[in-house]
Amino acid sequence: METPFSSAQPGTAPPPAVPLPNEPPSIVARNVNVWYGDKHAIKNVSIDIYRRQVTAFIGPSGCGKSTFLRVLNRMNDIIEGCRVTGKITLDGDDIYDPRLDVVQLRARVGMVFQKPNPFPKSIYDNVAYGPRIHGLTRSKKELDEIVEKSLRRAALWDEVKDRLDEPGTALSGGQQQRLCIARAIAVSPDVILMDEPCSALDPIATAKIEELMDELRQDYTIIIVTHSMQQAARVSQRTAFFHLGDLVEVGSTEQIFTRPQDRRTQDYITGRFG
Amino acid sequence: MSLTLFFVLLGLTVASFWVGRQHAVSLRNGGARLHSLPSYHGTYVALVCGLPAALLLLAWISAEGWMIRQFVIAGLPDEFKQLPDGELALLMTDVRNMAYGAVPLDTSRPHIVSAVEHYNRLRGLSKVLSWLVILAVAIAGFVLARRMIAPEFRARNAVERILNVVLIISSSLAVLTTIGIVLSLVFEALRFFARVPVTEFLFGLTWSPQTAIRAEQVGASGAFGAVPLIVGTLVISVIAMLVAVPVGLMAAVYMSEFMPGRIRAVVKPILEILAGIPTVVYGFFAALTVAPLVQSIGMSLGLNVASQSALAAGVVMGIMIIPFVSSLSDDVINAVPQSLREGSYGLGATQAETIRLVLLPAALPGIVASVILAFSRALGETMIVVMAAGLAANLTINPLESVTTVTVHIAMLLVGDQEFDSAKTLSAFALGLLLFVVTLGLNIIAQRVVKKYREQYE
Ligand SMILES: Nc1ncnc2c1ncn2[C@@H]1O[C@H](COP(=O)(O)OP(=O)(O)OP(=O)(O)O)[C@@H](O)[C@H]1O
Ligand SMILES: [Mg+2]
Repeated sequence: METPFSSAQPGTAPPPAVPLPNEPPSIVARNVNVWYGDKHAIKNVSIDIYRRQVTAFIGPSGCGKSTFLRVLNRMNDIIEGCRVTGKITLDGDDIYDPRLDVVQLRARVGMVFQKPNPFPKSIYDNVAYGPRIHGLTRSKKELDEIVEKSLRRAALWDEVKDRLDEPGTALSGGQQQRLCIARAIAVSPDVILMDEPCSALDPIATAKIEELMDELRQDYTIIIVTHSMQQAARVSQRTAFFHLGDLVEVGSTEQIFTRPQDRRTQDYITGRFG
Repeated sequence: MSLTLFFVLLGLTVASFWVGRQHAVSLRNGGARLHSLPSYHGTYVALVCGLPAALLLLAWISAEGWMIRQFVIAGLPDEFKQLPDGELALLMTDVRNMAYGAVPLDTSRPHIVSAVEHYNRLRGLSKVLSWLVILAVAIAGFVLARRMIAPEFRARNAVERILNVVLIISSSLAVLTTIGIVLSLVFEALRFFARVPVTEFLFGLTWSPQTAIRAEQVGASGAFGAVPLIVGTLVISVIAMLVAVPVGLMAAVYMSEFMPGRIRAVVKPILEILAGIPTVVYGFFAALTVAPLVQSIGMSLGLNVASQSALAAGVVMGIMIIPFVSSLSDDVINAVPQSLREGSYGLGATQAETIRLVLLPAALPGIVASVILAFSRALGETMIVVMAAGLAANLTINPLESVTTVTVHIAMLLVGDQEFDSAKTLSAFALGLLLFVVTLGLNIIAQRVVKKYREQYE
């Protein structure tokens, strides 16, 4: 195992763990509140998410990590009775602006779910799904290239290149999750949201996905929800701790895990509750 | 008479439950550790007391009439015993009616008077005997079972074994009935095919099952080509599917994907009521509203439309089977995991794209199964066709003409006084067999498809 904070790849310059002073944050959330009916699930959360970093959301079950993550690509729109207030911008565009096309937003902010959810279609069609609906390609050849590139980026190409027309559901759990990552990458998003992407996977598949995240962050802004403190420490550069709908503390991963400011954060990361 | 006996038996059974339970309770109160709960002991006593006696009663009732009849015939003077079957049956019907007082006693025929007396004596005897035997069986059962009750007696296991047997008997009854129906269809159809060759039945182009009363009558032979009926059935069913599949499918998509949950909970049962309306009512609707409408629209377009048309019947039948398609399809679309929808939305797909590219393909096998089910329902429908499409066995695929279907002709063939061994009547069984084979085939296909569907998400 690597030591917790040595995420850099040999040979490539490690991206800065702390945001460059002149680079504005990719996502800016201010005073965000979320209600499910009468339930106040997210309370006045403000946070900046930076480019080319992995940001981890941690916190006890039910504290609103998934809810906040889903706010960022408006997946909560499809939940009946869910209400969002506050302001969230992605590269300066207000994502809750009524004039904004939610379809385009979701193409820019991809999502990978807790349980791998490949479509019951072939591996090829799974990856080609996004490019097809967004009309990203003009020819079959271009599409083939995108599929291959995405599968390669998701470190799945070598395992599936000879059986692209087999159903995606026939892959193993870890392969399915990488297929879902490839599917998300294929639409070239700016941000990838991952909600506990490894919770259904064994340690080897988890290691593969973590390695992958580390590579992907050179091109994408990644936010990951995780229940594993080790995973947060291994893959993320910044960590945000949620508790009962509040954002208690956010800072560099190293600082959160070694010098937490808030009592609750400290209790959580030392395993005293959660 | 057997009704009183039945209630007495019921009372005995209830009482024996209570006695058995009470006995077990008193054992328990006496400090014994019972293997089974007292109510199991009670149930055991009740079952052993009531079940054999009830079965015996059932057998008695079904055998009584036949037995008495045999004895009465045996007691008749010899010249009547020699009578041909038909006349003997007539005679026995008279005897029975007089014995029950439905017809005044015909004192002018002494042999009948004595047969009626014989009949009544036997009935009286049977009544007394049935009381004695059945009550004896019940009481014997009660006594036996009551003596079994002891702390270590495994009443629960015994009850479960008995219930197991009852369940097996019930389910085999259902299966045996089906087999019986199929076999009778097959045998009667074989008798038909002994008169009319199979090839003529399957490929003949004319259906006019007249059989002559006098041998020299014109058209005495009759024609038994089922093709016009089959084509008529197909035309009407296909029209029905053209209505039901698109409407039902779109309704299903709307219900499962767009309708708020609260409204859906109301609308779906209402739609299912459509399937519960008696088909005769659809028949009125078809004959009185839709058929004239089709005709007048056709006329205004300069088409020649019969007053009873395949189109009218097919459209109404389509409306009738909409719920089969929509309700089942709605269920299968709903059963597609939410995670697939989220996966699709998460990639920036619109709702329409998600439905078209993910939900419908994933639900397709279930949808196909629902369509096949609806189709076999359409094939078997009779009433609407009688009322809206007519009875004429025209060989045509023009939906504006009057056609008829297999089921309609089965009904027609068997209505009224019929001889049960003419080719005309027997042809009904051949048609029934044909329909059965087709529907069975469709059902098997549907089940295959459903099975395949089940494997997908498990
Ligand atoms: N669809 C919903 N309708 C109503 N309430 C919801 C819904 N989804 C979540 N909630 C509530 O909002 C709160 C936050 O839920 P959320 O799923 O964001 O928690 P979480 O931090 O992701 O938990 P976990 O770690 O268990 O996934 C919880 O109290 C939950 O009960
Ligand atoms: Mg969650």
